[in-house]
Amino acid sequence: MIVHPVLSWLKDWWVGIVETYGLPTWFVPAAQMVVNAILIAGFIAVLVLFLIWLTRKVSAHIQQRLGPMRVGWHGCVQTVADALKLVQKEDTTPRDADRPVFNIAPFLAFAPTVVAFVVIPFGDGAIVRDLNIGVLFLFAITTINVIAILAGGWASNSKYSLLGGFRSAAQLVSYEVPLILSVLGVIMLAGTMKLGAIVEAQNAMWFVVYQPLGFVIYVIAATAEVNRTPFDIPEAEQELVSGFNIEYSGMKFAMFFLAEFANMFLVSAVAATLFLGGWKGPWLPGEFWFLAKSFAIVLLLMFFRWTYPRLRVDQLMSFAWKFLLPLAFLNLLVTGLILVLM
Amino acid sequence: MLTDYAFVAFFIFFGIFFVAAALIGAWFVRPSRPGKLKNDIYECGEVTRGTSWVQYNVRFYLIALAFVVFDVEAAFLFPWAVAAKKLGLYAFVEITIFVAILLVALAYAWRKGGLKWA
Repeated sequence: MIVHPVLSWLKDWWVGIVETYGLPTWFVPAAQMVVNAILIAGFIAVLVLFLIWLTRKVSAHIQQRLGPMRVGWHGCVQTVADALKLVQKEDTTPRDADRPVFNIAPFLAFAPTVVAFVVIPFGDGAIVRDLNIGVLFLFAITTINVIAILAGGWASNSKYSLLGGFRSAAQLVSYEVPLILSVLGVIMLAGTMKLGAIVEAQNAMWFVVYQPLGFVIYVIAATAEVNRTPFDIPEAEQELVSGFNIEYSGMKFAMFFLAEFANMFLVSAVAATLFLGGWKGPWLPGEFWFLAKSFAIVLLLMFFRWTYPRLRVDQLMSFAWKFLLPLAFLNLLVTGLILVLM
Repeated sequence: MLTDYAFVAFFIFFGIFFVAAALIGAWFVRPSRPGKLKNDIYECGEVTRGTSWVQYNVRFYLIALAFVVFDVEAAFLFPWAVAAKKLGLYAFVEITIFVAILLVALAYAWRKGGLKWA
């Protein structure tokens, strides 16, 4: 309700320019692309800076510490300082690394995250493109992250990063399956894969009411997908030091970090869109409700992280295959049965 | 429709551009003084022995195979889920059979110890 009028005003302005100067018609979508991309990139950058600060504050207060306090009010510009420091850091590459793969991995980590934001509805009409394969596109594009982690872990030629990379890939692909199956129930109820249309379908009631099991499976699997505790085996500071990204430093490391936090918001935003009614809400603008619901899920993930101990790797895998997967199938079939018989 | 995917293509390009711009931007300000010790692999101070590109446990391969099976299945389930309401009971029974066959596969893998991690 805030973003849409601005965007349509801009569009009208460009249409006017095209007509006055006799420019080709593809000028309007081209200008839209550039503006949308810059808006999304700016949003991601600010969001990640804020999320890192929030993580540190939440973790500190859960552990009865204060967290960053020196730089700005309650340390609010601490992450800006950290980012500036990272830019100036030397970018080392291990001697025996597989250089091309080592350099491609940060691209594979971050670029898909930006692309995934194309289908996220921030508000009424505030969506870059409402693709008709929305949900499928989202999961297809975010899965590329696995390749980035595997490439980074393999190319570093370090035992820790290799172990971290393999464990991470095994975990991500295992939890991918229940994650995808858990959203099928929502697609069945809405009868579409367009995220904008799914939000519209929740006009009367949020889908979490009809799909409580699906929501729980989604949140658990999503926590695993973004490598948060209790599923942070890939990172496992105490045993693998940092997992697949130990050998990375400087901006390349920053790209992995950026992608990790942007993905954390992304899975939360998808949960808010598919299960909690997206930008629908009374009185206040839709963008506010979207962000409020997304951040509620983000905070939930953060509370998980600082409350639960880490699972052992065999427990982690068997939980995905022997518990979540059958449960997701059960949810799918029960939803289908009720839908068909109704 | 085509405009939609032009946007997607542009965003892919933009994502790559974003990372490239960040890396190149940092290249101007960061120092670059590689050294023998600095370029060593970080293994907690121990001297590295041999390469890391060794044979790894087969269980990762089994997990990857199981993933491919269920991910392809999910790709089949998506079109059905979109039209589930319209297709009705007949399609539902068919999907149930399809899922049941794959659940038998899961049970088989489970029984054979393909999901065991020890």
